[in-house]
Amino acid sequence: MADNNVKLQVKNLNFFYGNFHALKNINLDIAPRMVTAFIGPSGCGKSTLLRTFNRMYELYPGLRSEGEILLDGNNILGRDVDINLLRAKVGMVFQKPTPFPMSIYDNITFGVKLYEKLAKTEMDDRVEWALRKAALWDEVKDKLKQSGNSLSGGQQQRLCIARAVASRPEVLLLDEPTSALDPISTAHIEELIHELKEDYTIAIVTHNMQQAARVSDFTAYMYLGELVEFGETDNIFTAPKQKATEDYITGKFG
Amino acid sequence: MANSTLSESLNVQDRSGSSSTMNTSIYRRRRLVNAFNMGASTLTMAFGLFWLFWILITLLQHGLSGINMQVFTQSTPPPGAQGGLANAIYGSLAMTLFGTLIGTPIGILAGIYLAEFGQRGWLAPATRFINDILLSAPSIVIGLFVYEVYVVSVGHFSGWAGSLALALLVIPVVVRTTENMLRLVPNTLREAAAALGAPQWKITLYVTLRSAKAGVLTGILLAIARISGETAPLLFTALNNQFFNSNMNQPMANLPIVIFQFAMSPYEDWHTLAWTGALLITLSVLTLNILARWMGSQKTQSH
Amino acid sequence: MEKFSNNQQMQRQMLLDNIFRLSTRCFAFLVLALLVGILISLIIGAMPSLSRFGWSFLVDSDWDPVGQKFGALVPVFGTLATSVIALLIGVPVSFGIAVFLTELCPNVLKRPLGIAVELLAGIPSIIYGMWGLFVFAPLFADHVQPVLIDNLGDIPLIGLLFQGAPMGIGVFTAGLILAVMVIPFIASVMRDVFEVVPTMLKESAYGLGSTTWEVVRYVVLPYTKTGVVGGIMLGLGRALGETMAVTFVIGNSSRFAVGLFEPGQSISSALANEFAEATGEFHMASLIELGLILFFITFVVLACAKLLLLRLQKQEGKAS
Repeated sequence: MADNNVKLQVKNLNFFYGNFHALKNINLDIAPRMVTAFIGPSGCGKSTLLRTFNRMYELYPGLRSEGEILLDGNNILGRDVDINLLRAKVGMVFQKPTPFPMSIYDNITFGVKLYEKLAKTEMDDRVEWALRKAALWDEVKDKLKQSGNSLSGGQQQRLCIARAVASRPEVLLLDEPTSALDPISTAHIEELIHELKEDYTIAIVTHNMQQAARVSDFTAYMYLGELVEFGETDNIFTAPKQKATEDYITGKFG
Repeated sequence: MANSTLSESLNVQDRSGSSSTMNTSIYRRRRLVNAFNMGASTLTMAFGLFWLFWILITLLQHGLSGINMQVFTQSTPPPGAQGGLANAIYGSLAMTLFGTLIGTPIGILAGIYLAEFGQRGWLAPATRFINDILLSAPSIVIGLFVYEVYVVSVGHFSGWAGSLALALLVIPVVVRTTENMLRLVPNTLREAAAALGAPQWKITLYVTLRSAKAGVLTGILLAIARISGETAPLLFTALNNQFFNSNMNQPMANLPIVIFQFAMSPYEDWHTLAWTGALLITLSVLTLNILARWMGSQKTQSH
Repeated sequence: MEKFSNNQQMQRQMLLDNIFRLSTRCFAFLVLALLVGILISLIIGAMPSLSRFGWSFLVDSDWDPVGQKFGALVPVFGTLATSVIALLIGVPVSFGIAVFLTELCPNVLKRPLGIAVELLAGIPSIIYGMWGLFVFAPLFADHVQPVLIDNLGDIPLIGLLFQGAPMGIGVFTAGLILAVMVIPFIASVMRDVFEVVPTMLKESAYGLGSTTWEVVRYVVLPYTKTGVVGGIMLGLGRALGETMAVTFVIGNSSRFAVGLFEPGQSISSALANEFAEATGEFHMASLIELGLILFFITFVVLACAKLLLLRLQKQEGKAS
């Protein structure tokens, strides 16, 4: 039923904060197992767009969306969609590390336990698998019972990625995942994104253009709530079609 | 209905090889637990409101009928006779007034110390700690204290003793709000005043305290609201007086204690007066509370 | 000339500054001294009883003004029992209200409902007492108590709690009224600490597909546990010291009984009822000693609450 080369299809999406029209008629296809980056100046709506993919905005009153977002052909903005199940399928990592107030082990199993009943050994395997995916296993394997807060910032963010990966979502949303991290931790995470795209469809919001160029396959440039240009990252960065995109990328603006 | 479409699609489109079939029974149970707990949470809110409205409605029912001019012009009657609450209303007003007048300046000055000079040393943290404890200390113990140090030494109950006990209840409230409000004043304001060469006491009294005025007033109103309903500390300080008395040096009638005494009595007409008093006192306390909160919100909006 | 007068002016200002600082310091010290003063005056007042009864005062259940023999067991037990009942009812309800106000409540209702809860805290305690005696107790005695006594009174052990005459007033009624009184205090502390949980942390849990309850249970509550416990202890402090509401509905009996529906006595109700008419040196001193015990218990509880909340503040400071 759905195009095999499209994981997430955004159709005529509009978004409102009360009366403020934050996203204007967005149309966009996100390819499976690819990294799609969203760039643009602050307030352009890139984070807002990302947060419609798992309907995080529904936590707050006065926010609403119009249009369609199809995940494998099913409209996730539909009224009858179960938001919890949607969020189990679409994982998210935030600007700052958000370890839950519990042990490293419990952080990883938190999402898994929500939907699966695993025996202890299976769970241990899952934790190891997720932590290996997030390239954190070697650093924490001896202190799984310690609090997630005892880790460094970069480790905490990888813990959050491991936590998102552990419940085996299909799509990973990364909302400026390295904005609170030092360069070395950032490099770690970027490497990780590279590896994760073998299994996951990744959408990343970043205000760092070099990062977008390094990690993504596709790039979308947004400005004032509109999608200005969208295409393969190489094309966007070397031969942008729009003057506005070029100005932003070359640093003349923004 | 909600999860059927998506969970079906989940099973259909589950990625090959991965064993992550969602266990629908787990999910169903989680949703049930969630619905149950959120329902319970809504019920608790209703439970809280239920008491509030029940109490207010009862008060209006029993109290409104008793309100007439007599209540405000005549003193408390002996059982079986006509009378009002004038002496009690006067006593309550007088003791609340003097309690506030004694307690407020002390509270404000101590609050100033905590906010402006309390960065170093042991006194400020210790005072802050003790003040917070006094804030919730049993008011009846405050009454005992005033009895021990004042009533015993002068040898009789009096309106002054009652005012003193109330003042001791005002102090911690005012200290707390004064400190909090002064801390909200931006430091740039103090620096601007200091840059003009103003001495510390002028900066504090004319600039800092003035810009925190609304907040401090809110605190004072809350303190008045608190003491005007207090009964326990007056039991062995002001005692009661069946007659109209404006001499603060003698036992004084006051609404809470009259309500207590009349409600506990077996006489029907005393009960009616007690309900009337209860309505009066509740309305004034709640009005003060709402007024204080309204002032507090004005304050936060203007910033 | 001008310079000279300036200097004089400066000196005056400095003097004024010092006076100002010292006087505020004085008043801060006064607050501190107040606590010590209360403690000392109560100890002095209780001296006759302290020296005559010693520690046995705490475990003796006799309260006999005629025989001048006094023990604090009944009022201390009553104070603790009513407070425990108040917390057993009040804590879950307060938690529910706080969750409702922070997670479920539509935005338009947040403020009015918040104010309503605070109004509940504003109602003077004597009103609660009077209302409890005249309105609640008769209803309770006619419609609820007989059912409970009939159905639960015959069960072994637990049944002991549900025996007694259905009078409406008694230890349980006092506890229930206390619960309603402490709910607003505990609920507003809980709401305030729930509101400091970082949004992103909650969103992370929602992002994994958690339900609202799971976010509250596994993220919000662990994150705020010190604050929550602090709030509960604050409520406990209130419940322990509450006088008028309890005096109206506890039944004022100095006989020892364990039943929930039996009349009893709390420290504060004993003081309210007997102090003004105390006869004899030992009666008075024993009542003051009761006050001392009450002050001591609430002091410990409130100090613990305060320390917990302080610790929470420090953690917050570190996190940001």
